[in-house]
Amino acid sequence: MTEQMKSNGITRQEWMGLLARAPEDAMMPLWDRVADRPSFKWLRSPEIGGVMVRGRAGAIGAPFNLGEMTVTRCSLALEDGTVGHGYVQGRSKPKAEAAALIDALMQTEAADRLTELVITPLKTQMQGKRKARAAKAAATKVEFFTLVRGED
Amino acid sequence: MYVAVKGGEKAIENAHAWLAEERRGDTDIADLSIAQIREQLSLAVNRVMAEGSLYDPDLAALAIKQARGDLIEAIFLIRAYRTTLPRFGYSNPVKTGDMACDRRVSATFKDAPGGQVLGPTFDYTHRLLDFKLAADGEVAPAPEGDARQEPTPHITSFLKGEGVIQDEPLSEDAPGDLTREPMEFPSNRPLRLQALTRGDEGFVLGMAYSTQRGYARNHAFVGELRIGKVAVEMDIPELGFAIEIGEVELTECETVNQFQGSKTEPPQFTRGYGLVFGQSERKAISMALVDRALRWKELGEDNLGAAAQDEEFVLSHADNIQATGFLEHIKLPHYVDFQSELELVRKLRREAEERITPKEAAE
Amino acid sequence: MNAQTHFSGGFQDAPRDAAHAFRAAMTVMARPGEIRTLVGAEPPAPLSVAAGTLLLTLCDADTGVYLADAADTSDTRQWLGFHTGAPIVEASKADFAVGRWSDLMPLSDYRIGTSEYPDRAATLIVESDALAPKGAVLSGPGIKTTTGLSLPDIAALQGNAMLYPLGCDFFFTCGDQVAALPRSTQIKAEG
Repeated sequence: MTEQMKSNGITRQEWMGLLARAPEDAMMPLWDRVADRPSFKWLRSPEIGGVMVRGRAGAIGAPFNLGEMTVTRCSLALEDGTVGHGYVQGRSKPKAEAAALIDALMQTEAADRLTELVITPLKTQMQGKRKARAAKAAATKVEFFTLVRGED
Repeated sequence: MYVAVKGGEKAIENAHAWLAEERRGDTDIADLSIAQIREQLSLAVNRVMAEGSLYDPDLAALAIKQARGDLIEAIFLIRAYRTTLPRFGYSNPVKTGDMACDRRVSATFKDAPGGQVLGPTFDYTHRLLDFKLAADGEVAPAPEGDARQEPTPHITSFLKGEGVIQDEPLSEDAPGDLTREPMEFPSNRPLRLQALTRGDEGFVLGMAYSTQRGYARNHAFVGELRIGKVAVEMDIPELGFAIEIGEVELTECETVNQFQGSKTEPPQFTRGYGLVFGQSERKAISMALVDRALRWKELGEDNLGAAAQDEEFVLSHADNIQATGFLEHIKLPHYVDFQSELELVRKLRREAEERITPKEAAE
Repeated sequence: MNAQTHFSGGFQDAPRDAAHAFRAAMTVMARPGEIRTLVGAEPPAPLSVAAGTLLLTLCDADTGVYLADAADTSDTRQWLGFHTGAPIVEASKADFAVGRWSDLMPLSDYRIGTSEYPDRAATLIVESDALAPKGAVLSGPGIKTTTGLSLPDIAALQGNAMLYPLGCDFFFTCGDQVAALPRSTQIKAEG
């Protein structure tokens, strides 16, 4: 089961990561545009928990435990047996459910529609935000210029 | 002796009601929303996440509101909540080299690749109260430059290339977790780093400052300080591969410390490391200095008897929830303990008096 | 393998099911020899319902589980991984071990705790063909006078009880039935 599924030029790993990181208020309005929701049954209903985040000593050395973060997860199966998993940051059960459903649908014929309605616009939004922050950081980069150079 | 007494329920209930009313303050003033605290008091939120050891800005903001702004009380609330969470697992170590840096400065190299990026810093403000804020909080959008796309390399990687800095050997050993197993001494560096990153900012700052003032001085330069968001990745057993489960804002400080060499190590630069949730650079620098001081043994340095070198002293006193729990418990009823002390003092006084009085009678 | 099989068979209502199961597990441990019904999980073969329910109730990412021989299949590994996140470890590192008595042995493989931390010991979930309130005679904490329980190897379990306050603790499972034997119980062969 380790092979990576790819759908519409995006891997399962990428879309799951995108859904995990997406702010709820960005993702849910896009998900609301998906009209016909499939029926499903829970394999694991949404639960809120913690994940211990690790760092490395000196950024590259031995791992250490930095502290936890909140994560909500769930798993479900569509009627045709397709399994979807939702792992999202924070404590929103509706967001975890949406993520699991999107994950399942991305493995079906609905992938095109989901990509168009949810995945692509979400990716664009998040890249835009990230880029705007990077642009503000870039504006605070110091440009050194030499005032006086002492010469003998 | 332990005597259970009952009573005070009504008083406690009423105290809670009054506490709630005082927390709300004057009802003619608008109630503070969680979103307002999260967005506008974000550095307080960061501190509560770092020392509460749980990254969740909304929860930290709620805790601050509930604690009336008492950050240690808020940290206490977060620690208590944290214990109720089932643990899904452990992330892969975060890759701070891939950080989307909001800020990245080096005190050692002016022209490092990636440059000196100041970010939203207080450093060059004049520390003059801005009375405009009292009237109106509106601000103009910050200017934008050409966004850097590629990751910013770590400064220490340049020194490593030249071989003048002590190596940081990669390992995949699972670190101990002090939220699962009580601390034992001697400890090890992963556990020390965990204790320091969740330690009290004031305490870690004080310890770090003591090394600068000469108590186990370790001649630190801030090789690099960076702040930004990093993706958190975890292996998901049911998938068979790792996915990103979110992202966290981190502050990382790497110090480069002058080192003359010791019995076991050649002259080279050594490292101290700080990594903290949120934008918390005072804490990250402090952590790096104290981490470096605590490494004296593995670097073959002398124990100078300084507090910052004593891991049992530092780690046992860094946690403000442990500290405040023990400290504040002495205000709770100790009627029986005190009665026995009182009896003892009375008895000793009686005995002392009896020793003196016969003499006086003889005179 | 059908992707759904190892994802199914978990608790239907995790908080409630786990609370019921935890209560049953604690009760049998507090009253050695008492046999109770324990249901909720539907684990893959060869795990019994009772053993599967115990695993879902007691295990998480912080508890190493040893799957002894026949119990160690790719189905049980994936099922346990999905529902509990528990790492699969060797016997000497296990917090919990599950399997048939003969597969689990020797007892000396397991952690018995330390005098500072007697809790750092393994709990063995022993899959049994039958559970009956007769066989060995048990006495000690949680037992009013004496009680009976069918045990696989009285001598080995007596040896374990000698280690008290160190030693392993045991659940015995058969279908949806469970009984327990903590290290504090004294054991005599009947007759």
